[in-house]
Amino acid sequence: MRASGPRIAVLTFPGSNDDRDAAWALGALGAEPVPVWHAETDLPEVAAVVLPGGFSYGDYLRCGAIARFAPAMSCVVEYADAGGLVLGICNGFQILCEAGLLPGVLRPNDSLAFVCRDVPLTVERVDTPFTSRCEPDQTLTIPVKHGEGLWYADPDQYDELEARRQIVLRYAEPCNGSIGGVAGVVNETGNVMGLMPHPEHAVDPLLGSADGALVLASLVDAARDRAPLLVG
Amino acid sequence: MRATVVVRPKAGILDPQGQAVAGSLRQLGFHVDEARVGRVVDLDLDATDAATARAELERMCEQLLANPLIESFEIEVPST
Repeated sequence: MRASGPRIAVLTFPGSNDDRDAAWALGALGAEPVPVWHAETDLPEVAAVVLPGGFSYGDYLRCGAIARFAPAMSCVVEYADAGGLVLGICNGFQILCEAGLLPGVLRPNDSLAFVCRDVPLTVERVDTPFTSRCEPDQTLTIPVKHGEGLWYADPDQYDELEARRQIVLRYAEPCNGSIGGVAGVVNETGNVMGLMPHPEHAVDPLLGSADGALVLASLVDAARDRAPLLVG
Repeated sequence: MRATVVVRPKAGILDPQGQAVAGSLRQLGFHVDEARVGRVVDLDLDATDAATARAELERMCEQLLANPLIESFEIEVPST
C-alpha cells in the first residue's frame, strides 16, 4: 500500500464479506483504500468509492433493497451525482440498482442455483474509467459467486441502454439468465459502474486469473487522474 | 390498524421460484399449469383511518416494499 496512491473508499454494510478483499486488491494495485462503515453520515475525501460484495442485511426483501437506505448511501448518491467514480461489485451492483444509480435490477438466477465459478466475459467498451486497461472485445476470466445475478431490464429500456452503449461487460457463455448476457453496466454519464463478477478475486495468477486487476487498475488510474471529491 | 401488502412478480417476468414450485407440485401429482411466488407483508400501523393508511402504504411500496421494475403490489386495509 503506497500512501501516495489515490484514496478509494470501500464501504462495509452489515453482511458485506468482500470488503477486505476489495481493499486488499486496491492496495495491491497502488491505491490507498479507506474503509467506511455504512452508518457513517459523511464520506471522507476520496477519488472513488467501491461498494463490495456480500449479503448486506441478509439480502432480506430484495438484494440491496435495505442497504440503499444506509446513511452512507445518501453520501454515495450525492457523490455519484457530483460526477464521482463509483464501482459496485456483486451485492454492490445490486445496491446501486436498487438506489436508482444504475439501470435494471438483479433477480434470482434462472437455474435457481447459486453459481460459483470462473466465467469468461466480453469487454464491450474500453472507453470507461473501469475498463481503460482492457483491449476492445477482450475476453476476461473473472469469478462469479451469486444466487441473484440475473440482470433484468424491460425490452425498451434494454434497447435504450444498448443504443447509449451502457452495457460494458457481457457473459461470453450462459451464466445466470441475464437479459442480453449483461454482466456489467454503467450509468448514462459513465461514472458509475456495477458488475456481478468479482474482479477483486482475480488480481493475481495464484488466484487462477489476474484479469480482474485490469478492471480495478483502470479504476485506480482514473482515480489518480482526478481530484478527490468531498461531498456533504 | 392491521394492514397487508401483497407483492407479486409482474406478468411476463420470469419467476424461476414459481417454476420450481410448479414443478414440485406436478411431481406430487397435482395438475398445475403455472405457479408464481410473491411476498406478503403484514403491518401494524399507527394510522387510524383507512385512507391515511392506504396513502402511507403506497409510499412504503414505492420506496421499499416493491421494485416497480419487476413487481406489482396490492394493499389490503380494513374498511373503517
